[in-house]
Amino acid sequence: MAHHTLTFPITDPAEILKLRAGDEVTVQGHIIGIRDRTQIRIFDQGVAPPMDLSGAFLLHTAPGVRKLGPGRYEKVCIGTTTSARMVRFTEGLGSQYGVRAICGKGGFPDEAIEPMARLGMVYFAIVGGAAALETTQIEEIEEVAWEELMPECLWKFRVKDFGPLIVGIDAHGDSLYRDVQAAARKKLEELYARL
Amino acid sequence: MASTTSVASLQDAVLEAAAHLYVWALKDIPLDLRNALARAAQIETSKTGKRILDTILKNVEVADEVGNLVCQDTGIAVYACRVGEHFPLHPARIYAALRNGTERATLEHPLRSNTVHTITRENTGANVGYRVPIVHWEFIPDWDGLDVKCVPKGSGSENMSFLKMCVPADGVSGIKKFVLESIVGAGGKPCPPGIVGVGIGGSADYAMYLAKEAIARPVGTRNADPIVAQLEDELYGLLNETGIGPMGLGGDVTVLQCHIEHADTHMTLNPVAVNYQCWAARRASAHIGPDGTVDLDREF
Repeated sequence: MAHHTLTFPITDPAEILKLRAGDEVTVQGHIIGIRDRTQIRIFDQGVAPPMDLSGAFLLHTAPGVRKLGPGRYEKVCIGTTTSARMVRFTEGLGSQYGVRAICGKGGFPDEAIEPMARLGMVYFAIVGGAAALETTQIEEIEEVAWEELMPECLWKFRVKDFGPLIVGIDAHGDSLYRDVQAAARKKLEELYARL
Repeated sequence: MASTTSVASLQDAVLEAAAHLYVWALKDIPLDLRNALARAAQIETSKTGKRILDTILKNVEVADEVGNLVCQDTGIAVYACRVGEHFPLHPARIYAALRNGTERATLEHPLRSNTVHTITRENTGANVGYRVPIVHWEFIPDWDGLDVKCVPKGSGSENMSFLKMCVPADGVSGIKKFVLESIVGAGGKPCPPGIVGVGIGGSADYAMYLAKEAIARPVGTRNADPIVAQLEDELYGLLNETGIGPMGLGGDVTVLQCHIEHADTHMTLNPVAVNYQCWAARRASAHIGPDGTVDLDREF
């Protein structure tokens, strides 16, 4: 298990290809917060996002914030939500907008493996529920769009030493979630036989 | 009979207590849970699993140090109330106080508001809405107190709720299989390792209520019925053999505990409900006396 530090947005796809499932990653730079309603608007309602997502790192979040003024917010508590609900947007995020990394908790189902490998994308697992720590790693909320979807807006955060993140699905067709499920299903047969 | 003034001040005391309990539950997780998490970090042998559990422990420390919420998901506000027969505030007033307390805490802190209309998905404002907060009631004879427990549960784990109407011929092994299958299927989604709440018996609706009651017990407590307590021990062991591990990335510790609540049932029913509680098992309780005194540290 290697450790990598990556700065987003990335411009060189090789940065993503060097990551392998199980590696640990620390992230610097800018990340984009996105959630269910944000992606429903982009893909189901066909509204292009008013932020550049090429080379981006997307975080599945709906932050707790305090309003400072028009379009300006400060963080209160920012954590990460369950990714699986949003897996169907993976292909479009990669092919139409050039997103390179999606970070959430709980993992993506196997349907994400093929588009991630084809489009050179990775899924990062964060430690779910660890929002107090995560909030300290977010330096500032730099931009917000679609405030009417509060808190499911499109957010731009500047981060420092964001992590630890584990590569859950890499761009080479490997998924820790698929492997853990396969082993657990096999184990269940053994456990059922003992009941 | 209490005067109008004392009823109003008692209602205020319940409101203040609810507002305090909601924020307190979100920031300061109970000692029994802290101990269970520390033990999990000690026994986990997977390197990734250990890294995750150490990060969870660090997060709890950071929340203490900076006074922030442990998890950003402020949940849906759920309260359990035990109302004494002689408590001088009617449950209708207690409900109003819990609702107003939830709203006040949300606006004043501020807390993220999660409550939406279930069809339009429009946010209703301050973590209150139609039939929200959700309050469960128990009425106690020959008593003049009120106990309130606040359990703000996040959606990641609430989404991992499962009900099966097993038949009597499925027996106890049917119950065990369903719990195991549910937790393996949930994988990393409910933020493992957490507390698996199981409700057995009663009816379909009551089984799920019992599962919810089970997750709100102090970690590692056992059902008073030894037959049920034995099943808790057995399921706890079996669940930790599945290898799902912290955050579903593989490891030894899939669950911190398995708690079961049960009720007698119909001769042709064998309902089993599973309600998962993430590792951030937030709960806070208060006892309110008939004179409005509030004891904020009473577990029930």
